[in-house]
Amino acid sequence: MPKRTDIHSILIIGSGPIVIGQACEFDYSGAQACKVLRREGYRVILVNSNPATIMTDPQFADATYIEPLTPEAVEQIIIKEKPDAILPTVGGQTALNLAMKLHELGMLTKYNVKLLGAQPEAIALAEDRELFKQAMLEIGLGVPLGETVTTVDQAVAVAEKIGYPVLIRPSFTLGGSGGGIGYDEAQLREIAERGLRASPVTQVLIEQSVIGWKEYELEVMRDRVDNFVVVCTIENIDAMGVHTGDSMTVAPAMTLTDRELQRLREMGKMVIRRIGVETGGSNIQFAVDPKTGTPLVIEMNPRVSRSSALASKATGFPIAKIAALLAVGYTLDEIPNDITKLTPASFEPSLDYVVVKLPRWAFEKFPGVDPILGPQMKSVGEVMAIGGTFAEAFQKAMRGLEIGATGFVGSNQVKMVGNDDIRIPTPRRIFRVCDEIRAGASLESICERTGFDPWFVEQFQDIVALEKELAGYRLTSLPNELLFTAKEYGFSDAQLAYTLSDKPTISAVRSHRKTQKIVPVYRKIDTCAAEFEASTPYFYSTYSRQPGSDEANVSNKPKAMIIGGGPNRIGQGIEFDYCCVHACMALRDLNIETIMINCNPETVSTDYDTADRLYFEPLTLEDVLNIYDREAGADFGPAVRSVPALVQFGGQTPLNLAHGLEANGVPIWGTSPDAIDLAEERGRFGALLNSMDIEMPPNGMANNLADARTIAHRIGYPVLVRPSYVLGGRAMAIAYDDASFEKYIAEATVVSAGAPVLIDKYLEDAFEVDVDAIGDGTQVVIAGIMEHVEEAGVHSGDSAMVLPPYKITSYHLEIIRDVTRRIGVALNVKGLMNVQFAIKDDVVYVIEVNPRSSRTVPFIAKATGYPLASIAAQVAAGKTLKELNFTEEPKVDGFFVKEAVLPFDKFPGATIMLSPEMRSTGEVMGHASNFGLAFAKAEMGANQKIPTKGGALLTVNNNDKNAIVKIAKDLTNLGFVLYATSGTAEMLNGVGIACTTVNKISDGSPHTADLIARGMVQLVISTPLGSMAYNDGQALRAAAIRYGVMLVTTLTGAAATVAGIRELQQRSLSVRSLQDHYGIAKGQKA
Amino acid sequence: MQAGFLRTPAVLALEDGTIWAGSAFGAIGQRTGEVVFNTAMTGYQEVLSDPSYFNQIVVMTAPHIGNTGVNDADNESRKYWLSGFVVRAASPRVSNYRADSSLDDEMRAQGIVGITGIDTRALVRHIRSAGAMRGVVSSTVLDSDTLVAMARSVPTMEGLDLVPQVTCAQSYTWNTGVGEWGLGSRGTKASRTLHVVAYDFGIKQHILRLLAERNITVTVVPATTPAADVLAMKPDGVFLSNGPGDPAMVTYGIANTKALLGKVPLFGICLGHQILGLALGGTTYKLSFGHHGANQPVKAYGKVEISSHNHGFAVQADSLPAGSGVTHVNLNDNCVEGLEAPGLKAFSVQYHPEAAPGPHDASYLFDRFVQLMEG
Repeated sequence: MPKRTDIHSILIIGSGPIVIGQACEFDYSGAQACKVLRREGYRVILVNSNPATIMTDPQFADATYIEPLTPEAVEQIIIKEKPDAILPTVGGQTALNLAMKLHELGMLTKYNVKLLGAQPEAIALAEDRELFKQAMLEIGLGVPLGETVTTVDQAVAVAEKIGYPVLIRPSFTLGGSGGGIGYDEAQLREIAERGLRASPVTQVLIEQSVIGWKEYELEVMRDRVDNFVVVCTIENIDAMGVHTGDSMTVAPAMTLTDRELQRLREMGKMVIRRIGVETGGSNIQFAVDPKTGTPLVIEMNPRVSRSSALASKATGFPIAKIAALLAVGYTLDEIPNDITKLTPASFEPSLDYVVVKLPRWAFEKFPGVDPILGPQMKSVGEVMAIGGTFAEAFQKAMRGLEIGATGFVGSNQVKMVGNDDIRIPTPRRIFRVCDEIRAGASLESICERTGFDPWFVEQFQDIVALEKELAGYRLTSLPNELLFTAKEYGFSDAQLAYTLSDKPTISAVRSHRKTQKIVPVYRKIDTCAAEFEASTPYFYSTYSRQPGSDEANVSNKPKAMIIGGGPNRIGQGIEFDYCCVHACMALRDLNIETIMINCNPETVSTDYDTADRLYFEPLTLEDVLNIYDREAGADFGPAVRSVPALVQFGGQTPLNLAHGLEANGVPIWGTSPDAIDLAEERGRFGALLNSMDIEMPPNGMANNLADARTIAHRIGYPVLVRPSYVLGGRAMAIAYDDASFEKYIAEATVVSAGAPVLIDKYLEDAFEVDVDAIGDGTQVVIAGIMEHVEEAGVHSGDSAMVLPPYKITSYHLEIIRDVTRRIGVALNVKGLMNVQFAIKDDVVYVIEVNPRSSRTVPFIAKATGYPLASIAAQVAAGKTLKELNFTEEPKVDGFFVKEAVLPFDKFPGATIMLSPEMRSTGEVMGHASNFGLAFAKAEMGANQKIPTKGGALLTVNNNDKNAIVKIAKDLTNLGFVLYATSGTAEMLNGVGIACTTVNKISDGSPHTADLIARGMVQLVISTPLGSMAYNDGQALRAAAIRYGVMLVTTLTGAAATVAGIRELQQRSLSVRSLQDHYGIAKGQKA
Repeated sequence: MQAGFLRTPAVLALEDGTIWAGSAFGAIGQRTGEVVFNTAMTGYQEVLSDPSYFNQIVVMTAPHIGNTGVNDADNESRKYWLSGFVVRAASPRVSNYRADSSLDDEMRAQGIVGITGIDTRALVRHIRSAGAMRGVVSSTVLDSDTLVAMARSVPTMEGLDLVPQVTCAQSYTWNTGVGEWGLGSRGTKASRTLHVVAYDFGIKQHILRLLAERNITVTVVPATTPAADVLAMKPDGVFLSNGPGDPAMVTYGIANTKALLGKVPLFGICLGHQILGLALGGTTYKLSFGHHGANQPVKAYGKVEISSHNHGFAVQADSLPAGSGVTHVNLNDNCVEGLEAPGLKAFSVQYHPEAAPGPHDASYLFDRFVQLMEG
């Protein structure tokens, strides 16, 4: 039966900003759904607040709305676009929750919109833990014992019935937010209280702990005639107790017999039927008792998930795309398998390789937070690796993480703290396990303490044993057979260099290996274990002794490699993947064969549809050079064809490889690595700016404490200190005195070993401005100038920004434009560049220059309608800006505000303030005809509950006390009731502003946090002072986060918030699609 | 670890002269057979103990084999039948709560020659394009020319009747069901205890378990048992089992089936399906490299079953006479996967509704057999 013809237009809901638990996998799934539904002839309307997504590119939908994912905004879109149906199953939990809200508000009925994929009843059944459990018991499936409760006392009662430890799982939250494990009543009370607050329905499940059981996931699909397939089985190496998003996982399952696996499959079938997911993909989690094999159903997601993105990349089966087709009525057997072309999608992929996923965390950015893993997801990214065997895949994944590890064993630059107990799951545990195996710990002891299956531990032991064997050889005496075995076990050249007794250089290992003709083969991901011919060039590397077994089948076409960004991390995420995808699209348009290299399974860049050729490989010099060698025909001699690399799109990761690539003869397209260095190296760059008469804040660079101190004294405190060559302001801080400065230097040297520390004068109260521009070697065109809403000192990634600037004089803007152009020309920029400026006391300073794509590129592209990354890629490929018709700074209609989304709710205990160290995970865009409304929409998009009435609590530091007066006055005029702590209140009362004085928390109840808990405050303005995080302010801000009250920590942010509130009081929310917007901006009304 | 990563060499030689080098596991020795590949990701023990693989060397595409060891309960027959077992990485570690022994030890005990460290993907791609081939796996003789010559002297599967070597010597009764493993395949019990005679052409025990589970007492009889003897047992139905070799050569089976047609409800699986097809007057042919896996889409009655396959031959669709027809089709290659002759109360499937290994989507066919006998 063909597709449904009773629907013509479909609204797809995206997943909003990147947050922990919901990353760019939903850009991948949403983009796939958009593409395929348009191809089927449906009118696609898209809403997503996240501008850094590929799916919000205007060509992906007929109408694209970058608007807050709130029922109010979506209602406006429904009124305007009148969609026949909504597809809520490709936008993660956010889309599902939003669809449920629309249903509950009666909007679906009111506007006669159907839900596709899953009906509200099915969603409710799957998402409500109690209903789900009942449903499972009804069909005879086992579930952990437990009960859903709505109060802490009930939670304790249940725990006493089923026995400690218990799991606390809040209903309807993302990534297990607010959950935990309670080993005793005190812990239970604390976590249950937090969980109840985190749950939008104030419910938590108190459940029998199955900690230590084996954990499996099945990625399943069902169509409307009840055809059912298991796309992938995933086994967690970390046992139950660690959120699956924080677990090391393997596909396919490694330690199940067929009987046990088929039992899970049958259970999966029963679950999806009982829950009633009509069509699409679901993810079902199981716990299996390792001693008895007893399987329990843990949960199911009636939608495309993070795991299904992983499963899609792991198997080559595009779950989201197929889910979209099933949602409009196709059946699995009517859809061809993309990879084989000849066989249908109604089958179960067979893997003849092993896939490992490892999470990447960012605990180092949240001092004060225990890096202990539990049922609440905390990782910010993940890496996937594919190998012929588990050991190979695991070691590839370890080096793909880019955390300093070259594999499971080998040089270990991962910072170790304390004497970790491997009983406790932490990001460092796997390294401790390695150490213990090296020290001779028994397999049983490791298994007993970690809960890892013995099969995996034996694999780890094999790797260690091989390391020991290798250590007995010099490079020249190493038998080829052993070298080959090491490569089969996934040893990188770097690991070998570290392990071999003569400590050769990595490049010596490489050239020896090539001389011995030991090079990888590339294999296709073909969904069918080679049973059928595959036409999709999606590759991974492995080592084979069989001659002629390489499947790369390299062409002679003009080609280029685009090097991706690797695992998401704070500071390097979806924005860079967006740029890589654009680079692919642009080069394809120029008839250049695109070769994408990346190892992040969440991304659009690793969709086998994106580039002409996809290599799913770690982004180390060895792995990239191996691909280059194959593509250029340079395995055993000089290259027979040119294969240039583009390194400016994937963030810092490819830039770190640029020199190595160049040194090995790889042509670099675009800005030269030397120019990149010039911009990074303070000395050279300072000299350049000096010679051009361009101002920089006084600065210096030091390799040791003495030099650093001298520089700090010369410049004068406060100073901004940071290591060079890092992204996202890693370890960047403001020092106000010798003590804090020296403490910093002591800690920072480990951050970027070998790279010096940069020290800049911190320009207090300056305005900051970000500029993105494109140069082609002859001219530089400004793409956009963005003013930071927060003052200098807040990392640009964490700062709200507005395009165009709303309070900078045209005099300053002209200087900014002029300086940007001159620097671009001086650096001979070919492609993108980003310049950060600060304006203080009428002087325009250059803070830094990055001759590469920046985090703001997609934001400007969405605001202006110009595909900047595509233009930059074409420039890098040799086109001129003139040829590309990009010669003038684009005009913007109205105001576009980018707001950052911070993960403080996931890290109780973290210091809640904005700082030079970037900590946001994602961003949203708000746009409107004036700044205030655009800012308000951005805040809504960022899940801030921007109030229009109620109470406002003000507590500001001494520096800010004068400036708070105007804000307080405005809030009073807007009808807010003001509360303030003593100092602030005194100030306000002194100038005649009425406000109620409230105790600080340390003064005792009733205090500020009580006020928040009682719901008397809807807005908290709390500014911390510089380097010192006052405990009081911290507790207050934590309370605001916990209760979901809008929190503003800077005065400039407060002023913008006031402007937003004013607009919201005066106007109703309006929405506009990008397509409409561009029509207007370019003077050709759509 | 003393030379732990440098092991005893072993090779696989194919009739086309290609040599595949690896290390020995299981029994040391040399064995010949037809080389086929299986793409199931679990269930190596079921594959090893499936009599249909008699005289074959099986290449597993899943890289890690042996992870869960072996246990008595999961065997599909009394012993391992295949000639050689080729894997990418034989697991030295057994990790499963039900394991009785390691795969390596069990293969050694049963004399199955294994080879590990083979680039199985390259080998499978070779077989896929060149077709199933005769070969020899050896950890004793390693000389290429000798082994290739040996591979070429192996009789081809076409024209080979292997049933006499795998069938039971004496008939026996089977009453054991699936126990705790029945989820999704337990089906509906017959309203009274039925009696089924099962021809053992190399029967898998999971077929017997699923029949017994449905309140059926099964009498398993040797492959050559005359139809008259079977009818004398007054069965409610007769089952034609799976098994190895060329179906066209099982002339006694075809003749007996002809004699039974119309007299008693018949259900056939795999070789039994081919025999039913031949008995009805159809013809069979050899597939290039066959279907051996657990992920094949079969369409029947408007729905798709993900099914377990193990066949190198198939029934020619257009050879079936009037009164019989194709019920199940493989969506990958349109190969006949099931047929029926409703007037004669006979039906059969080419694939394996008993799974073991593989998904249980097709276990409804055992219920159909019950309905046919009761109705």
